[in-house]
Amino acid sequence: MRTWVRRIPLALGLAAVLAGCGGPKAVVLNPAGPVGRVELNLMDLAGITMAVVILFVLVLFTIAVVRFRDKKGNRAPYTPNVEGHKVLEVLWFIIPALILTIIAVPTVEETYALAQVPAKHPVVVDVTSLDWKWLFEYPGQKVATVNYLVIPAGQPVLFKLTSDAPMNTFWVPQLGGMEYAMPGRVLPLWLESYKPGTYWGHSGQFSGREFEKMFFSVKAVAPAAFQAWAAHLRQTAHPMTVADYHRLLQFTTVGDQSYSSYPAFTFPSVTHGFTLKGGMYLLMHNNPAHD
Amino acid sequence: MPALPSFVPYLIHTLFPPWVRRPTEIGAEIMMTAAGAFIVYWLLKNKKLQWLWNEWLTTVDHKKIGIMYLVAAIIMLGRGGLDALMLRTNLAMPTLHFINASEYNEVFTTHGTIMVFFMAMPLIFALFNVVVPLQIGSRDVAFPRLNAISFWLFAFAAALFNLSFVVGGSPNAGWTAYPPLTELAFNHTVGENYYFVSLLMTGIGTTITGINFLVTILRMRAPGMTFMKMPLFTWATLNTSVLILFAFPPLTIALLESLLDRVAGTTFFGLAHGGMPMMYVNLFWLFGHPEVYILVLPAFGVFSEVVSTFSRKKLFGYPSMVLSMTAIMVLAYGTWVHHFFTMGAGPAVNVFFGLSTMLIAIPTGVKVFNWILTMWGGRLTFTTPMLYFLAMIPTFVIGGATGVMLGAVPADYQFHNSYFLVAHFHEVLIGGTVFGLLAGVYYWWPKMFGYKLNDHQGKWSFWLFAGGFWPTFIPQYWLGLEGMTRRMYTYPFGMGWHTLNVISTIGGLIMGAGFLVMVSNVLRSRLHREVDATGDPWDGRTLEWSIPSPAPEYNFAVIPTVDERDWWWEEKQRRQSGEKPAGPRPEDIRAIAIPKNTPVPILLGAAFFVGAFGLVFTWWPIALMGLAGVFGVLIYSWFQYDHYRILSAGEIRETEELLGRLGA
Repeated sequence: MRTWVRRIPLALGLAAVLAGCGGPKAVVLNPAGPVGRVELNLMDLAGITMAVVILFVLVLFTIAVVRFRDKKGNRAPYTPNVEGHKVLEVLWFIIPALILTIIAVPTVEETYALAQVPAKHPVVVDVTSLDWKWLFEYPGQKVATVNYLVIPAGQPVLFKLTSDAPMNTFWVPQLGGMEYAMPGRVLPLWLESYKPGTYWGHSGQFSGREFEKMFFSVKAVAPAAFQAWAAHLRQTAHPMTVADYHRLLQFTTVGDQSYSSYPAFTFPSVTHGFTLKGGMYLLMHNNPAHD
Repeated sequence: MPALPSFVPYLIHTLFPPWVRRPTEIGAEIMMTAAGAFIVYWLLKNKKLQWLWNEWLTTVDHKKIGIMYLVAAIIMLGRGGLDALMLRTNLAMPTLHFINASEYNEVFTTHGTIMVFFMAMPLIFALFNVVVPLQIGSRDVAFPRLNAISFWLFAFAAALFNLSFVVGGSPNAGWTAYPPLTELAFNHTVGENYYFVSLLMTGIGTTITGINFLVTILRMRAPGMTFMKMPLFTWATLNTSVLILFAFPPLTIALLESLLDRVAGTTFFGLAHGGMPMMYVNLFWLFGHPEVYILVLPAFGVFSEVVSTFSRKKLFGYPSMVLSMTAIMVLAYGTWVHHFFTMGAGPAVNVFFGLSTMLIAIPTGVKVFNWILTMWGGRLTFTTPMLYFLAMIPTFVIGGATGVMLGAVPADYQFHNSYFLVAHFHEVLIGGTVFGLLAGVYYWWPKMFGYKLNDHQGKWSFWLFAGGFWPTFIPQYWLGLEGMTRRMYTYPFGMGWHTLNVISTIGGLIMGAGFLVMVSNVLRSRLHREVDATGDPWDGRTLEWSIPSPAPEYNFAVIPTVDERDWWWEEKQRRQSGEKPAGPRPEDIRAIAIPKNTPVPILLGAAFFVGAFGLVFTWWPIALMGLAGVFGVLIYSWFQYDHYRILSAGEIRETEELLGRLGA
């Protein structure tokens, strides 16, 4: 028993070393943009408030367990017929309600605040999740990319999310929370990067065999560099043809791709178009997804 | 060699498509066949078939049905746990391809589905069946034959779901089965059919059980037992039954429509003709959130009984316990959107459901405080069920607190579908539901079988299971903050996720060891049982402990008048102070009508099974055969008039005499 006890610090040290070589820091806790920052602040507030509650409950609990054990000579009072305490029972309802308002009020405020894009004409990216890749189209710049994003830093970017495949969620943890990309609907999400930088994103909603490969990269650059990048793409890359788009619809994984333009029908008419016209058969034939 | 008829290769390809011919599955197939053959051999050799049919397969006795639920649930806990360990092993290291993506997707789907529908639900029904009629002083449930039908529908549905592992392929779209991933265009194997059909089948059984216990509790309580004198576990059952009654219909609709999309060419949720996947998500969680409380309220009931018994003290704040439980039941219907804040419902809707989510934390908190104050001023004995209660408090409090964090809408955008969420719901489902149900199993085991489970091994199992729980799930909170999303079959190097994942996997293995010790405890305690003649080994407080263990088939020779909350405890106090026991007096014993055994429930289940199997493979002749079978069994049962047999007063008196219950 004693040797076992002496090994505890060693074990703890080992755990610390293991945790230390954990690589990059927790992305959610290191936001690089205002959305992620707001969300983290709320997490901190909720986390700290809850930690206080947890601590209080656990202290009360520990005292009860230690003090009222059934052992010989326990001097603690034994009151088998106590049925309750009116005041305490009412307090159990009121105090938690008060504590929860600490979290509830900013929750309401921030939910409404984040629902608005803080810019009149933000850069727009039309995002379509496919099996198993991301298609990003820039209606303002007329270019399209697959599996990588370039966005201007220091200004809000509006992502319009849809899917031409099963549902996914679009998540760049360092910039902010996720939103669904689902077929038949277009959902908005805005994010901003304070400074130029590179981040990774992933889908949060399981979408089939190669779901794990739904990673994409996000590169935030200075606004001028962003326009230069788009102009460069327009000149150097190939245009996306309808056939290219149908190739993207197939159940495959691909690397990064760039296109100088894209066919007009793909977004959001893809979504609404195939919904209304029943054109979904494009996806169906000869595509065994789960063999 | 003559050529095979063309349907033979077709049949083989459909039943055993290439993707189910993997070593793991062939191994499982051989093992299951061998186990089945051994059981049949053993039954034949010992001439036990008749016994099995008469005593178990055709029984309508709630106590035996409860035990059958229990056995099924423990087997399913093993299967679901094995699934979990396969998942954890695959995630222990980056790009560790212990199983491949397709297998992983099937395994996490069956893990979730089995744990919720085929492990937790039957374990809850096991306790309902064993405990509730005894606790309210009733001779059976309100509809004994329906009760047996519920069980057999569940049992055959569970068998069908598990069959998917070896025949045709398992479902692979997660336990939530969102369309369009479950639509034929993206998922053309029969796996999802298995999911929809077996859940529909067990859902019928569950709904019937809900109705059954609702009526039982409302109509069949002992004289004097008013609502505010009911034991807390009975209250939990009542609330759970109401939840079941209104939560399962939306699930049934969602599953049925998804199934029709797949087998009948409709497009309720498919996109081709304007179907809407989002509607499925709404219907599913309209069921799914009350389901969470269906799972946890019975555990709350168990804890309330356990903490009071092993603190040797009255439950603190009984009225507020009842109030909070009922409040949870009502609020449970108003929080379902918090499962998809990130589906663009708009700030007004999200705020409403965020606040309702926080609101439901209040009654839950009330319960925790009342439990702690029940211990305050008591005398605690640390038996195995009490240990599970004690382990629940910190686990459930932390799990509940992270639940409040998830309710803060903007924060949820970061938590949604990440490992933070995975950690949260495992912490409340294991720390709340599983700990609670295991506490209940240990607590009422002597009432079911007449002997206790070994306490020493029970504690070993407890420390492994509850001890392994923390390293398994606490690291997952942090993994969520590091950006790991759920249902990834592996992850690349360089994400920094491997350390916590390997700790989590080790924790999972420890929990698995705890389960094995529990199973060995069950077997050993049976072999070395010390029969408990008192019927009250824990010095219990409620009605069920006043009768012998296991209870005779009629439960109560004479139904007592119950005019206090802890009637049996008060009765024991009165006896100590020299009063005459209020137990059964020979002159009060009357003849009792006992419901007869019937083969209808098991035959009905079997007919459903055949039909469901046909439906899975869309082999309509077989499906129609099953349907015909269902009607055949029903018609057969309509011509059964004589449902009861009479147990004479003399026989009952004799039994009670043998049990030493008379002449006190």
